[in-house]
Amino acid sequence: MIELKDISKTYRMGNLDICALCGVTLSVKQGELIAIMGPSGSGKSTLMNVLGCLDRPTNGTYAFESREISAMTDDELAHVRNAKIGFVFQSFNLLPRFTALKNVEMPLIYSGVPSRLRTERAVPVLEQVGLQDRMHHRPTELSGGQQQRVAIARALVNHPPLLLADEPTGNLDSRSGAEILNILVDLNNRGVTIMIVTHDHDIASRCKRIINLKDGMIVGDQVTA
Amino acid sequence: MNFLETFKVALEAILSNKMRSGLTMLGVIIGVLAVILLVSIGEGARLYITKELTGLGTNLLIITPGKTTTSGGFHPPSAGTVRKLTYDDSLALRRRAWLLTDAVPIVLGTGRIKFRNLGRDTMVIGTTPEFQRVRNLFIGTGSYVTQNDVDTKAKVVVLGTKVKGELFGDQNALGQVVMLSDARYRVIGVMQKKGTSLGWDVDDVIFIPVTSGQDLFGTDSLFEILASTPRAEDVERAIAQIKEILIKRHAHKEDFSIQTQGAMLSTMDTILGVLTAVLGGIAGISLLVGGIGIMNIMLVSVRERTREIGIRKAIGARNSDIMAQFMIEAVTLSGVGGIIGIVFGVGIALLIPMFVTVLPTSVSLWSIMMAFTFSMAVGVFFGVYPARKASLQDPISALRYE
Repeated sequence: MIELKDISKTYRMGNLDICALCGVTLSVKQGELIAIMGPSGSGKSTLMNVLGCLDRPTNGTYAFESREISAMTDDELAHVRNAKIGFVFQSFNLLPRFTALKNVEMPLIYSGVPSRLRTERAVPVLEQVGLQDRMHHRPTELSGGQQQRVAIARALVNHPPLLLADEPTGNLDSRSGAEILNILVDLNNRGVTIMIVTHDHDIASRCKRIINLKDGMIVGDQVTA
Repeated sequence: MNFLETFKVALEAILSNKMRSGLTMLGVIIGVLAVILLVSIGEGARLYITKELTGLGTNLLIITPGKTTTSGGFHPPSAGTVRKLTYDDSLALRRRAWLLTDAVPIVLGTGRIKFRNLGRDTMVIGTTPEFQRVRNLFIGTGSYVTQNDVDTKAKVVVLGTKVKGELFGDQNALGQVVMLSDARYRVIGVMQKKGTSLGWDVDDVIFIPVTSGQDLFGTDSLFEILASTPRAEDVERAIAQIKEILIKRHAHKEDFSIQTQGAMLSTMDTILGVLTAVLGGIAGISLLVGGIGIMNIMLVSVRERTREIGIRKAIGARNSDIMAQFMIEAVTLSGVGGIIGIVFGVGIALLIPMFVTVLPTSVSLWSIMMAFTFSMAVGVFFGVYPARKASLQDPISALRYE
């Protein structure tokens, strides 16, 4: 599903080139549940951004479902983000002005789904994450765990094959975190490929594969189950 | 993402900041209001003057003594002494200029008219019967000056309604004898009430036979000759005919001027058209300032919603979607402001003449269309930069923005 070959991402700081990713080669198959671990500054988030087509690598090739990402236009990348990849952020990143339902419907707007159908498709996904009673609440009226579940519902509403989660439980108490993790594992059991950036070894231990990053390079890649 | 969706998103953003949106719109509202109001005042003045000039009689030719080099417009009467226009000139025109329906000699002066112990200084016009037809001023009661009165230099007078009112009140004036500069004149008629025309009170005048007028003012010349043609197309040929006849009578010198109503009209029309354009232009500047207000607020809005832009991009919004969202927001601000400005502008323009009668206004469709189009264009023009700035945000740094 994903083929990264010798990916590097360098930033220029003064006269120095600093590489956030220095030659990452990685292959991800459909249905995997991967934890990405590493100390801060090791390039985890940069890797996620590249994988999520939010950022273009400086060097290397990235094939997503056999299509080369670096050859795509901005609009094509936007389409991939919209239809193929779901994002879950540490800070939820919901739009505060809109209700949970409207937030979940948002990606469908950009897929060109008409208004009536959007609600029809968003409601079952919200039910799937257990928020049928909270659909018309705004994010500020929801707990952290509930907000993250809205964010997961939003990531799932277009049924993307890949879900990227950047420390999804980082801002949550352990109970809400466990709920979120259960939802993610459950999704993986239904066939969604999931990659989770985390510091938490408990989370990593429930993943099937753990990738360790350090200084922009993969220093460990083990299959646990 | 279709237009309606984008419009809804933009509208939600505008409504979520009512105070700010309202104040931003106010700039456009005032701009559009000013354009419509000032243009309507300018147009009103133009239409008023056109109507008044047309009301003086159509296809009118005014022959005045003295040669002026320019044609059209207003001239000071008789600059520098030249050969005079005479009553015989007017008779010659009437006899030989077959293109003219009328050639009316006019003497003009002021005199004191007295009836018993009441007196009034007023304008005295010496004319012939055709004056009524040429100037669209008609007799109300009694009779107007007749050709026989002109031929016999009869001491008869026709009063304007104001003069009649001042001297006689509600009494019957017909047949009464009044004193006009120590001569006794018999009142034979009273004109219809006409009101003010171009600052001249048509009711505050008296009419006497032109020949009696020349005696009264001690002159053998005329102030002017008013001539008219049956059709507007004949005016040019009529001018040639008048010149031919008068030059022959004036020792082969062209020592007179002929103005046409059409030339006067088009001169006034041009002047007032320019005036309207200048007023509209000045008002347009305030609309421009309103546009800068929109740009300002859109830049703030883009900055405030940097994170939203990042989120929208992460879930699949294309650059063009973001661009459209902010463009429509800007254009909606200016468009709604434009509509409100039009409503108020038209409303005030229609109310003004009810309270300030000397200020006629005319709301024209083109000024409304122009103001609205211009306000939309302002929204587009000043919306492009902020919207483009929004659409080109890097999604990652936008997401990190606090």
